[in-house]
Amino acid sequence: MPRKALVKIKPRRYKKGDIVTVATVIMHPMETGMRKDKKTGKVIPAHYITDVEVYYAGEKVTYMKTTSGLSANPFIAFNIKVDKEAPLKIVWKDNTGDVTEKVVKIKFAQ
Amino acid sequence: MDRRNFLKTMSIAVSVVAVSPTFSKKAHANPDKFQQALMKITGGKTPTPSDKVQLKAPEIAENGAVVPIKVLVNLPVEQVKAIHVFAKDNPNPYVFSIYFTPQNGRAFISTRIKLAKTTVVHALAELNDGSFLEASQKVKVTIGGCG
Repeated sequence: MPRKALVKIKPRRYKKGDIVTVATVIMHPMETGMRKDKKTGKVIPAHYITDVEVYYAGEKVTYMKTTSGLSANPFIAFNIKVDKEAPLKIVWKDNTGDVTEKVVKIKFAQ
Repeated sequence: MDRRNFLKTMSIAVSVVAVSPTFSKKAHANPDKFQQALMKITGGKTPTPSDKVQLKAPEIAENGAVVPIKVLVNLPVEQVKAIHVFAKDNPNPYVFSIYFTPQNGRAFISTRIKLAKTTVVHALAELNDGSFLEASQKVKVTIGGCG
């Protein structure tokens, strides 16, 4: 089931060859598997994102290995050097096999 | 010393010896975990502290569940393979790794992590020549915000 995710590129207008910041947020509980449900006393099973991959023009440009040590609804920002107009795809994978994809288009300011 | 007293003292001494190793084991469980997690990433190499690695974290975090951190490596991105982040006193000290390619332009990561309690956050930069640079900062976590 795809989750709600947001991808924003800062600054909004950029030229060829600029280094831009890609800010991403995904809605995810990031359960550690150590927390207990207050009402039932049962341990809430672990549910967190394990991999984040970034593809630019079909090429894997960066990837991240994450654990439950990231906060809920993880925010991740990194840099990309934009040198071509191509789609930027971000893929989140979690430990239950859930995969969420988000694509944004890199387009230079006129 | 009569026999009764002798047995009494002996039994106390034995029980103290028997209990103490389990106590010391408990107290050191977490640093061991941290060392193990570090070993897994570095493979036994010792990271050198460097001002080339900039770790930005709050000195005091009101909420341990959301602690913003930023890591920037002041080297050309071609030389930097990855950034690894550890929180020393977390139940699971290894937090995340990010791997770079020259397309990144800059070795930078900004995210939010969880901290169980007041601890030292370590940021390791893995270089393409196999060496490790390190920066660390202590983050105070005030729980509940009442204290």
